[in-house]
Amino acid sequence: MSLPATPSQTIGPFFHIGLDVPGTERLVSPEHPGAVRIEGRVFDGAGDPINDALIEVWDPQGARFGRCATDAEGRYHFLTLKPVSRPAGGTPAEAPHLHVSVFARGLLDHLVTRIYFPDEEAANASDPVLTMIADPRARATLVARSEAGSLRFDIHLQGEHETVFFAL
Amino acid sequence: MTTTEQVSLASDRPPYLFPPYRSTVLRAPKRPLILLPHRLSRLAGPVFGDGQIGPLDHDLTRQHAGEPLGERIIVTGRLLDSEGRPVRNALIEVWQTNAAGRYAHARDQHPAPLDPNFTGAGRCLTDGEGRYRFVTIKPGAYPWKNHPNAWRPAHIHFSVFGTAFIHRLVTQMYFPGDPLLAHDPILQSIPSPAARTRLVSTFDLTVTQPEWALGYRWDIVLRGPSASPMED
Repeated sequence: MSLPATPSQTIGPFFHIGLDVPGTERLVSPEHPGAVRIEGRVFDGAGDPINDALIEVWDPQGARFGRCATDAEGRYHFLTLKPVSRPAGGTPAEAPHLHVSVFARGLLDHLVTRIYFPDEEAANASDPVLTMIADPRARATLVARSEAGSLRFDIHLQGEHETVFFAL
Repeated sequence: MTTTEQVSLASDRPPYLFPPYRSTVLRAPKRPLILLPHRLSRLAGPVFGDGQIGPLDHDLTRQHAGEPLGERIIVTGRLLDSEGRPVRNALIEVWQTNAAGRYAHARDQHPAPLDPNFTGAGRCLTDGEGRYRFVTIKPGAYPWKNHPNAWRPAHIHFSVFGTAFIHRLVTQMYFPGDPLLAHDPILQSIPSPAARTRLVSTFDLTVTQPEWALGYRWDIVLRGPSASPMED
């Protein structure tokens, strides 16, 4: 038996009523050894910040999930650990990464992307997903940048710096 | 047509770019989505919110000192995977307007009254047969600025977690017989009429509670089979 799926609809601009629970941006406590802050902004095709997006991150290895709504400047942030890389049976190991879902008004279905880590150059160079992306500039949209004390990962839904998104 | 649309536009899924819904124009990616290998897209997904559910979280009519105004309704159904198997212990979150069509949200400033006894947020976990049940009031239609004289049909927003990453679903449930359904670009963005029908609940007399509440039934089917914990 195969049942047809229930279609997606936009999350709309008012999801905060049900989904914006304080503290869900912390996947680990600030005191946790190795806790890293990942922050960024979400932009539309005109380069304007998106103030009504919801970002979710998922680390399957650590079974950690986080959620953060963007603020008036399109900012979000998470506190998490860098996931461990996972050797996949018979295929090259994936570099450490977080799974990201992007929801917003104007997105009829959510978008899926990944956050990779800048201090994993060798692992990133052989990652089976990153190596599917031929254009180095596009590939670079998936790797966070090191900034003082944190990692920066901006998400561009459209435009010159458009983030690479994945189809599931 | 761009490759982005070719990847995502099975006729029962909305495209990212749908100009009649104006907000898609600057938010739809223009580059092709990269198709993840099957093995990577079938990852076990987040389990979120287990153990955080209060006893009244499923009842949106009992979250304040008094009762909200409006037509009391029960909304219930089953959460299933693509094989028809129940998805148990899964978090379902909902949010909606009050009976007058106003969200209890600072950004909703349209001239309809707020209801001090209604926030419009609820959550529950599915039971051993994948069932969920909410008690609420029927949400109202409301105007929006997408195009001249634009009105959203009454709807309840649903956010659903399954067992696989591909299961994650955020959608909207509509009500049968609503004349606004045919005029709503968000619902009409789904190309297939049959798929659109799957977002419309069914009035069900067996769900009603006599002398107390009307009943609507709406089953939710997630994409793909359930992930077994062994696979990840």
